[in-house]
Amino acid sequence: MTAPPLFFFTLNASAPVPQPILQVRGLKTHFPVRKGFLLQRQTAVVRALDGVSLDLHAGEVLGIVGESGCGKSTLARTLMRLTPQTAGEILLDGNPLAPDRHPRAMQMVFQDPYASLNPRHTVFDTLAEPLAVHRVVPREKIPARVGELLARVGLSPRHVKKYPHEFSGGQRQRVAIARALALEPRILIADEPVSALDVSIQAQLINLFADLVAQRGLALIFISHDLSVVKHISRKIAVMYLGKIVETGPADAIIGHPRHPYTRALVSAIPTIGGNTPRILLPGDPPSPLNPPAGCPFHPRCPFAAEPCRARIPQLAPDADGRLLSCLRAADLPAAL
Amino acid sequence: MPLLSVEDLRVHFHTRAGVYRAVNGVGFHLNPGETLGIVGESGSGKTVTCLSLLRLLPAPPARVESGSALLGGVDLLRCPQKQLRSIRGRRIAMIFQDPMTSLNPHLTIGAQLAEPLRIHEKISAADARDRAVAMLRAVGINDAARRLNAHPHEFSGGMRQRVMIAMALITNPELLVADEPTTALDVTVQAQILELIRQLQAERRMAVLFITHDLGVISRLCDRTLVMYAGRVLETAPTRSLFQNPLHPYTRALQRSIPALQPKGRPLHTIPGSPPDLSREIPGCPFAPRCEHAREHCRVAPAPLRQVVGDDARAHACLRAHAGEI
Repeated sequence: MTAPPLFFFTLNASAPVPQPILQVRGLKTHFPVRKGFLLQRQTAVVRALDGVSLDLHAGEVLGIVGESGCGKSTLARTLMRLTPQTAGEILLDGNPLAPDRHPRAMQMVFQDPYASLNPRHTVFDTLAEPLAVHRVVPREKIPARVGELLARVGLSPRHVKKYPHEFSGGQRQRVAIARALALEPRILIADEPVSALDVSIQAQLINLFADLVAQRGLALIFISHDLSVVKHISRKIAVMYLGKIVETGPADAIIGHPRHPYTRALVSAIPTIGGNTPRILLPGDPPSPLNPPAGCPFHPRCPFAAEPCRARIPQLAPDADGRLLSCLRAADLPAAL
Repeated sequence: MPLLSVEDLRVHFHTRAGVYRAVNGVGFHLNPGETLGIVGESGSGKTVTCLSLLRLLPAPPARVESGSALLGGVDLLRCPQKQLRSIRGRRIAMIFQDPMTSLNPHLTIGAQLAEPLRIHEKISAADARDRAVAMLRAVGINDAARRLNAHPHEFSGGMRQRVMIAMALITNPELLVADEPTTALDVTVQAQILELIRQLQAERRMAVLFITHDLGVISRLCDRTLVMYAGRVLETAPTRSLFQNPLHPYTRALQRSIPALQPKGRPLHTIPGSPPDLSREIPGCPFAPRCEHAREHCRVAPAPLRQVVGDDARAHACLRAHAGEI
């Protein structure tokens, strides 16, 4: 192991392990599927999020990866209380969070800055609103604070009078980040924040997120379908498939030595110079959460699936190096990619 | 002899707000059986280039100002509509980014697959059906005969893109134009589709023009790559040498800003500023305002695409790199 880079906020290893700022225990979000017009009979349940547990410490970046339909956005929305949870517990600083509470300590940045900013609000209106509603600063100090927020996300104060349509996609996403920072959150949840942007703009925003974490000790949950983006910024990574975490652990371990067959396929898709690395091709599509396969949800696409995988549902269990892995064949998997 | 040669293509959009020089002097050639990648960020003109080859751009506002695109002696940009229609869908086929919107939701998969055959080949309905079944099998769809009667909404995104590919290839075209065909798909499905395109191309000795913003996809699929920026080609090279030794400062900067290729824990390289406004005439190198190596003359002197001395396969448009100053 090389020394952790200065670029990221690191915890002193000899200090007692502090309490996680956010703990999630067995979080489930199920959506009923109704049919009919008047009677609205419930015909099925979509288990979008099916028992997710995670810990997040101050100054830590947790990357969440998975394909569409794996529940990563539902996780973000459930944590933010934008979607009601079905079961489970969310603890903030060790205290359970009531299902109707929207804590200021948690804020969110959405994927599409075109849709998440009000087109009829200037940047000033957008940033001043949360400051005024929550009385973060006295009214007369709002303009100064708006200027500070813009500076923090790398925008010039002369932008305050502009409307969203006058900005490029990257700048708009910066405004959305400034809005999320207005309430001084300790946890930032970013759902695919750079997916809609060009490569060179993506890099600018990834750097911005890394700076915010390094300078302010912010805890960040960074959600993306793109493992190569997540890998760069995260200290911990959780890989989701069909509403469950299938593998989670330190980012270097997950990327360097992926264990779960699904993680292996995702890691093999990360581009390299020359493109000579063998790419693992999975058959089929991600299954529908409406009709998940029996047993391990990944078994129909898994190159290592065996008989027990079709019947038994694997649970997340600690692997040799401390990561958590949800695979019945963990002991039989080949070591390398 | 190249299958397709494009020279000095200029496509401008005449709008009320001004003239947008979306494609401004693009030239390339494509050999039979070759895969050429066009990579660029949004607004670089890669899609407009391909749409103009097939004359699929709405005119007005689009207008081809100059250039030629020769496919076996026929200039695609100027040939009569009737001749164009006999080429499009038979010798050149195209697949688009979004398989959700490019299939007709009202028609069965079978009807849509058979349509190019019925238009371009005098063929009986039964034969068309057999060819459609064979093509669906070739793109990896199980139970093909029964699936012909299904409608697009019964297919997943990856399956729909497979159907699109089957539709495009059913007439055995010599050239497939693929505009970001995997961008809307999940990572693992993306891998399947890329493999499928590669395999079908090898079997049929078909040329592919592959448009993407993703350098990772380029590195896995393309023999040669064209880097576009602000409507121009800034660099072209065999893909392997482009990745190992990019010559143009823009290609270098682009490669350095991809997270996957960077060491972790250090800030990513970023390109300052944003792409230029295409409604203004750019006399010099379009990348100069954002380039760390730019000098005063880069902004004013024309920077044409020129071959690299000593390496015929490579060309770029950087004045300073040609002069050996970088």
